[in-house]
This record gives sequence, structure tokens and C-alpha cells, in this order.
Amino acid sequence: MDRIHPEQDYLRFLAAGRFMILRSRSSGRYVFYPRVAEPRTGATDLEWVEASGRGTVHATTVVRQRPPAADYNVALIDLAEGPRMMSRVDGIPPDAVEIGMAVRARVIVENGKPLVVFEPETR
Amino acid sequence: MTGPGGADAFPRGRTAIVAAATHGIGEAPGFSSMDLAVHASLKALAQVGLTPADVDGLFIGLPDEFLSGLALAEYLGIRPRVTDNNRTGGSAFVTHAFWAALALEARACDVALICYGSNQRSKAGKLVSGSRPSPYEAPYRPLAPISSYALAASRYRHLYGLTREQLGAVAIAAREWARLNPEAFMREPLTVEEYRAARMVSDPLNVRDCCLVTDGAAAVVMVRADRAKDLAARPAYLLGCAAAAHHLDISSMPDLTVTAAAESGPRAFAQAGVKPSEIDVVELYDAFTINTILFLEDLGFCPKGEGGRFVEGGRIAPGGDLPVNTNGGGLSCVHPGMYGLFTLVEATQQLMGVAGARQVPGAKLALAHGNGGKLSSQVTAILGTEETL
Repeated sequence: MDRIHPEQDYLRFLAAGRFMILRSRSSGRYVFYPRVAEPRTGATDLEWVEASGRGTVHATTVVRQRPPAADYNVALIDLAEGPRMMSRVDGIPPDAVEIGMAVRARVIVENGKPLVVFEPETR
Repeated sequence: MTGPGGADAFPRGRTAIVAAATHGIGEAPGFSSMDLAVHASLKALAQVGLTPADVDGLFIGLPDEFLSGLALAEYLGIRPRVTDNNRTGGSAFVTHAFWAALALEARACDVALICYGSNQRSKAGKLVSGSRPSPYEAPYRPLAPISSYALAASRYRHLYGLTREQLGAVAIAAREWARLNPEAFMREPLTVEEYRAARMVSDPLNVRDCCLVTDGAAAVVMVRADRAKDLAARPAYLLGCAAAAHHLDISSMPDLTVTAAAESGPRAFAQAGVKPSEIDVVELYDAFTINTILFLEDLGFCPKGEGGRFVEGGRIAPGGDLPVNTNGGGLSCVHPGMYGLFTLVEATQQLMGVAGARQVPGAKLALAHGNGGKLSSQVTAILGTEETL
């Protein structure tokens, strides 16, 4: 019941370069963001599993800044496992990010903290 | 227990708003948020010959005081029997009307005061919010809350082909109404060219798609219907009121193009026993232009995906088929952090027939809709004049 320490565990895995999400043993459903129980069922049989890193852009915006600060992307990504998360798509101009685009996760370090970002899938 | 048409047992028409006031719209330097809320409250109470000592139900939620219900009781020197300080975001104050109706009906209180105030513009110059940023969103630096609404707009545009001109039509309609409201903060004309040239903030939303940052306060007084006629010439009876909530952060919104208004609206209409086509005046929480489009759809004024086309051609502007946000809305009249109560104030003033140059002639049924968070919590109130009872 008290095995999962959501934010603490997530960030510890991320610091080790691993993008982990939760899955309920009973329902098989994936859960993100991390929490102590599955939504609706309240099932606490959650375990940490490695995310495939595959995703699709669900929604996208460009945050416009006054120069010289650079504009940047903010996107919602549908993970292949089902949950949706906020992130951004790197590697292309922020306004070139399109809904439906296939993307793949990468763990980077930004401002001294580990962070999941996405890049366009290369086929 | 359900009533006719599958409605719940909301006490239709058994309570009414008898007074509605605003104060300090725009800039009100030198006052705390509570000072402004109390100014608005005193104005509203004075409209019906009451004083703070007559109030025994308090409903409030200030941006900068977590325990504002207690602070208001202390400030007014009263001992309320009901104190509600809920936190559903800018929708809170329309939700207060729901709880006030139930509390009045149960005789848990006799005079309910709902009020709000904020000095955010003169004090901070920006939105003041006590909400904690999500650790799973904050590192990506979304503008709070603009980028969340921009993400919803991007999804809507992807599915339904929303154009810049359609978003602009919402902003321009709000400005045209504001030009008829002497209290509105922005009253100069807004042209299509000016809208198109406005600085982009978070695509596809530019600065004219975003609500104002102002000071301001509002208050309404609610009593049971049996007393309403003694206090006010034309009370605004609460015919229906229903709330729904889906999420807090935009990444958890089940469908970015369907808000919880699709639940609150039909429930409120069922309670009131009326249809969208019968509503004379519509007050929607327009924190961003996309809100107006989503809420017109979700509340049943047009089908999903048609909202962009619906607002074209001045349909929601002065002289259009459906008067929407007749005070100028959060986009052009006032947006002191949380706007919800202003939808109730304007709906009430329209039904009372005291809206001056912006008055919708003969308005009998009004809808006031509150939004909170990031399209997160929705609440719909339907008000009517005596002839709708």
C-alpha cells in the first residue's frame, strides 16, 4: 500500500535516465502522472514499468517570448501506453510541431534536473 | 428523487438574487482585495435596504486569502450561520449560488451574500493565484493559464478548422458590448486588423484572445422567493444551477474540445425546464476567446464543431441573434483574476432591466456560466424573471 512514493520515485528513476510510469497489476492499465492509486478503481496494486517512449502529439502551442529570449514549444503527448502528459518536442522549430506527429521520449537534464522531452520519430 | 424531465430536486425558482453590484472595475489602487469585496457588498445590500448585520450566509473566495470566509465575517463584524469559501477557481461564485439556494431552501440561512474582490492589477500587475503548479507540467514552462487554453484551442482547430477570424469575432463582439458599458475597462473600438496584428502569446491565442488583468469586485444578495418581491421590483429567480468538474491540469482533461459544461448545462436546463433556444441573454466566463466557442457548443446553443461558424457575422455582438457577454466580458470589461461572479451580476442586471445602453429589451431568461482552472470546473446557472416561474 505504501510502496509507491509517486513524485520521489519518478524523479529518482528519471535521474538515473529511466522514464518510468505506473501500471496496475489487476487492470493492466497504465497510470501517468504518478500517484498512489489507479484513478476510478482506487487499485493500489501499482508497479513501476519502463515507458516505451513512443508517443503522438495530441496538442501543441508555441510560447512566444520577447527577443532575445527564444520561443519554445509546449505539447501534450499521448503515450503509446495510453496516458497523456505535458512535455515539449525538441529538435525541430517550435512552430513545426504538428498534431498527430510520431515522437520518441528522451531524458535530458535541464536546469540541473532530469526531464522527459520528445523528438520527432525517425523512421 | 428526480423532478420533471429527469431533473434533480433543485429548488427551482424558490430563491432569487435581489441585488447585484460591482465596484472598482479597472484600477482601484490603495485598497485590499477584501476592501473592494466589501465595497461591492455594501452597494448590493444598500440596493435592498439591508446592512451587514442582516447577512447570515457568507460566500466568498479571495485570490490572496485562503481563509477569506472567516476574514469576511470578521471584517463585517457578523456571525454567519453558513460560511462557504470553496475553491473551484473562477467558477466558485456561480457554485456559491447553488449552495446558497440549498442553504436558503433549508432555512440554514435567510440572507446570503456572495462576493469577490481583487486588487491584482494595482498591486501585482498580473494574475494572482494560490494554485500550486504541477511538478509534471511546470518544468515545461507553460504560461499559466494561457498555454493550457492554447493547447485546447490547438486541438479544437485540428479537429474543426477554427480560423483566426472566428476567434477574433469573439474578441470583437465582447469589445462592441463593452463600448455600451460605461464601467468596462477597454472601450475603444477593436477592428479585425487590430485583432490580427495583436502580439501572439501562446499559439493560436494572441493578446486580444486573452482576458484583461484588472482590479474589481462584485456582490449579489440572495433570499428566498417569498421575501424577494418585498425587497426588489424585479428579482432574478434562480431556476436551475448545476456544476461539474473533470480535472485540474490540462494534461488530465479527458477531451480537450468538450468541457464539463456539457454536463452542467443539460442538468441546469432540466432543472429550469427550459431550452437553450429560449434563453434571451447569455453570460459566459470568457477567460479566452476559445472559451466562448466551447461553451456555446457544450451548453447546446450550437452543435460541437459549429461554434466557430456560429460566432461569425456578429451573431453574438450587439444587434446579433444571441446577446453574449453583454457587459463586455472578461475580455473587455473586467477580469480581476476570477470573473465568475460578474456573469451572475450581469445576468441579474439584464433581468432587472437596469443594464442601460446594453440592455437586451425584454430579457426574461438569462444564463450565467462559470469556468474555473484550466477548463476544469464548470457551473451553469439559469435565472428568470417572475413571469418564468
